[in-house]
Amino acid sequence: MKVLVGLGSCGIAAGGRKVLESINESVAKNGLDIIVEPTGCVGMCFHEPLVDIIDGDKKYTYGHVNAEIANKIVESHLVNGKPLTEYLIYTNDEPDVFVKNQLKVALENCGQINPENINDYLEVGGYKALEKVLTSMKQEEVIEEMKISGLRGRGGAGFPTWFKWDAALKSKGTEKYVVCNADEGDPGAFMDRSVLEGDPHKLIEGMIICGFAMGSNHGVIYCRAEYPLAIKRLNIAIEQATEKNYLGENILGTGFSFDLRIKMGAGAFVCGEETALIESLEGKRGMPRLKPPFPAQSGYWRKPTNINNVETFANVSWIISHGPEKFAAIGTEKSKGTKVFALSGKIKLGGLAEVPMGMTLREVIFGIGGGIKGDKKFKAVQLGGPSGGCLPESLLDTPVTYEDLSKTGAIVGSGGMVVMDETTCIVDVTKFFLEFTCNESCGKCTYCRVGTKRMLQILEKITEGNGTMEDLDELEALALSVKDASLCGLGQTAPNPVLTSLKYFRDEYIAHIVDKKCPAKKCTALLTYNIDTEKCTGCTLCARKCPVQAIDGTVKNPHVIIQDKCIKCGNCYTACKFGAVEII
Amino acid sequence: MCNNCKSEEMVKNFKDEAIDTSLLNPVIEKYGKVKGSLINILQATQDIYGYLPLQALNYISDNTDNKKSVIYGVATFYTQFRLKPIGKYLILQCQGTACHVNGSKEVSQALCEELKILPGETTEDGMFTLEDVSCLGCCSLAPVLMINGEAYGNLTPAEAVKIIRNIRKEDLA
Repeated sequence: MKVLVGLGSCGIAAGGRKVLESINESVAKNGLDIIVEPTGCVGMCFHEPLVDIIDGDKKYTYGHVNAEIANKIVESHLVNGKPLTEYLIYTNDEPDVFVKNQLKVALENCGQINPENINDYLEVGGYKALEKVLTSMKQEEVIEEMKISGLRGRGGAGFPTWFKWDAALKSKGTEKYVVCNADEGDPGAFMDRSVLEGDPHKLIEGMIICGFAMGSNHGVIYCRAEYPLAIKRLNIAIEQATEKNYLGENILGTGFSFDLRIKMGAGAFVCGEETALIESLEGKRGMPRLKPPFPAQSGYWRKPTNINNVETFANVSWIISHGPEKFAAIGTEKSKGTKVFALSGKIKLGGLAEVPMGMTLREVIFGIGGGIKGDKKFKAVQLGGPSGGCLPESLLDTPVTYEDLSKTGAIVGSGGMVVMDETTCIVDVTKFFLEFTCNESCGKCTYCRVGTKRMLQILEKITEGNGTMEDLDELEALALSVKDASLCGLGQTAPNPVLTSLKYFRDEYIAHIVDKKCPAKKCTALLTYNIDTEKCTGCTLCARKCPVQAIDGTVKNPHVIIQDKCIKCGNCYTACKFGAVEII
Repeated sequence: MCNNCKSEEMVKNFKDEAIDTSLLNPVIEKYGKVKGSLINILQATQDIYGYLPLQALNYISDNTDNKKSVIYGVATFYTQFRLKPIGKYLILQCQGTACHVNGSKEVSQALCEELKILPGETTEDGMFTLEDVSCLGCCSLAPVLMINGEAYGNLTPAEAVKIIRNIRKEDLA
């Protein structure tokens, strides 16, 4: 028997460490001879902290465990052999919907193995693909397999992986670099964190295979500093892989050598762009370079460099060991394999879902994510973070593939899916994204530096109730110019949230401009607070909470808000116990 | 000193304190000769002092091949680097998309009121520093705060304030 406790960042935030301690104590107290180990994130963040009990072929998963429940589980399940059905979410015989509709490739080991122990990875067939590559394949054959598999970059642009590897192989020079982009900067995306924390060896194996294929002996993982746990586990994994000679000189006696190190990012969204990332690796400000030359010709220290993101590398060993045809059989004609999506926002079951490409948005959001929190009305789904777009309900049957999503104006991006309901204001969210890109613009290109600022100012004007219809035309014109005149992906895609929201949610902009109303009741300046005299009991609480004395009234008599004085802070609305304060 | 580039103005961005620069010697020994390691040096410096003191940056410039302007450029480009000291507890408030749609603004407002500071500032008693970050990657627990490396999820404004008060209470005890 074996006990696994989910200790990804999300599990820890939900209290996983205390659960692990409690199980350890309880197991020791009862004198049980059972292995208790931490594992990574299985993707069901909404059930954290999670505890798995593996008994032979059977696997029981408990959710929302705290220290007390953990004790009960040990007593009942481990000591007396009775599963505690009360807290059981599912067993491997009867998986719940969240798990059932997924297909795991990149995340196959996350939440199943102890990421801090290389033997766990070896037990599930780890480093077998590397052995196969090093002992029986030629460089061109590895690249050919990648080509057959149809794997495309999972970081955003969806560029064919084999093409980049091939270009790097064909570049002259003996000093070449493999770089992993683990600077997952898209707000709302956390699949790379899951791989880094839950299955770091899979990434390492993918990188070594890439190194062999393109003829490189050096790898660098550029990981964001906001992921301290990921960095810690990567360090452990690199150390263990070096000990077992999967890394280092003359790997497994094959003559191939590969070293790997981690470089910590310092917090800049633009460093997700490959040439900016290279600048940052070289210790400089992360500002993009002009392309061409592409990194495959001239990258890190002007040497041929191949950059892929974490999820892309995490697919490599699976493709080699299961065969590229099997990978290519998943998904659609042009978008093959699976993609991990990070479901968050106003969704019932927020977490990570790995699905075959081609599944529709509706199937992902409602079939796996369980629909909208509090059964409110679905309004939009934001795909691809600040570079992506907001799609309305009418497009929910769009299949998630690179081609279908780009037709709508959104992108697959890194796979963030932030779901919004009727209480989310689209103009406000668009403003939020522009604030983000405006802050993160490196300042190199004028259109990106000034254009995002100007777009943000227009959006601020609209949310403050001072917008005009001409502003919408200007916004659109600016958006198209910024797209055209920016050097890198940040500027080229920053206008996407503006363009898609104008396309699909123009009504909401018009409501802000013409009717001076925010339909979602989010934009403070456009709200009017009012007291329903029928419901008001005259308790005076709101008047006491009002910071500007804008509420008039005497005890036991209905109160009134003096609109001229009201600063719309909403204190009265939160204070009222009788629901008498309404927002119109 | 050049008058046109407003270097005097720039100095105001720093908090000038007397520090023990000898603590930097091992860092410079390790990275000083390795090309492209300015970011590593600055990260190690911040680990030592909690921020990047002006004196430390001058010391780095004098003892490595990096020009002052380059160091200042890198130190102000990345959000990780701070030119002013931080409080005993560093509160990172996630402003990612999922947190935004789940009410991070309200949580932030409550914290600002409780601590009487704005994001980016430190309380007078040097206990708390409040900072906005773009995404902590715990989106399904939104809204999220991270205090000295520990994440707190599914917050309401009232709960966030309670966490701060508890920390203050425990710290005094």
